[in-house]
Amino acid sequence: MDKEAAFEKFKSCAVEVLHVPEEKVVPSARFSEDLEADSLDVVEFVMALEESFGVSVDESELDGVETVEGAFDLVYSKL
Amino acid sequence: MGLLEGKRILVTGVLTDASLAFGIANLAQRQGAEIVLSGAGRGLSLTKRSAKRLDPVPEVLEIDVSSAGQVEAAANELGREWDRLDGLVHAIGFAPQSCLGKGMFEAPWQDVAKALEISAYSLKTLVAAFRPMLAAAQGASVVGLDFDASMAWPAYDWMGVAKAALESLSRYLARDVGGEGIRVNLVAAGPVRTVAAKAIPAFSGFEDTWSQRAPLGWDPTSSEAVARTTVALLSDWMPSTTGEILHVDGGFHAIGA
Repeated sequence: MDKEAAFEKFKSCAVEVLHVPEEKVVPSARFSEDLEADSLDVVEFVMALEESFGVSVDESELDGVETVEGAFDLVYSKL
Repeated sequence: MGLLEGKRILVTGVLTDASLAFGIANLAQRQGAEIVLSGAGRGLSLTKRSAKRLDPVPEVLEIDVSSAGQVEAAANELGREWDRLDGLVHAIGFAPQSCLGKGMFEAPWQDVAKALEISAYSLKTLVAAFRPMLAAAQGASVVGLDFDASMAWPAYDWMGVAKAALESLSRYLARDVGGEGIRVNLVAAGPVRTVAAKAIPAFSGFEDTWSQRAPLGWDPTSSEAVARTTVALLSDWMPSTTGEILHVDGGFHAIGA
């Protein structure tokens, strides 16, 4: 999957799980401040990404991931 | 034949597949149990998502322990499908942020009250609502997840007090429902890296000390030991054990320093 298509898929996951408008899901967006996602939201979002992309993300890999870009890169690196 | 063949068990508290309750639900299924999960509030959609990772995918009930009426309604709903409940797993805990990692002098009473209500009183709420179904099982087992409350821990603060209440309550409940053949026990687990554990400041500090001091060592990434012991308590193989707290901690509790 090319990076652009992957990001579109990522974005639709974010819209569905985090209940945010599509235009807010940009690489620099921070989960807590810009997307108003708490830790449970992020956990659920990652589960949705795992299902959608067929990858597995360990809880510990999420430490320090604060932005859309960080989360996307983590998932994309596993494809 | 599995240890829990033919048993019908309600497992609360599954958030993700790292949850202790998920490990219990998964092993209970492998040991032949039919299970139903429950979730509440913010966590319910996570519980539903995690349920899809179990095989077979269990039904998910909404059970909000802060509403006795709602718990009662959920019990009635389950009662229409199941004529008895052989096992109930209480894996529910919550404390407002003021109750964790800030010492004992920050949290106002309403925050402490919330911690006690969700983390301890809820065991009574659940047992009360499901009591007729548990009694009908003639040998039902209630198991709650605990963190050893016999001493003070770093950062655990009011959650520790809530666990002490849970420990005491489990003994009193064991007294009151023993006549109906219902056992009530707790599993005092060592630290496992779950979503709930992540909310506890200084958690990694517990982890390091734990694996060094526990005679059997301790793996904070696995729920398998807790799941096995819980399944044993849910089975017919601990028929005369109630009001008990079983440590599943690698033996940490027995060692002074």
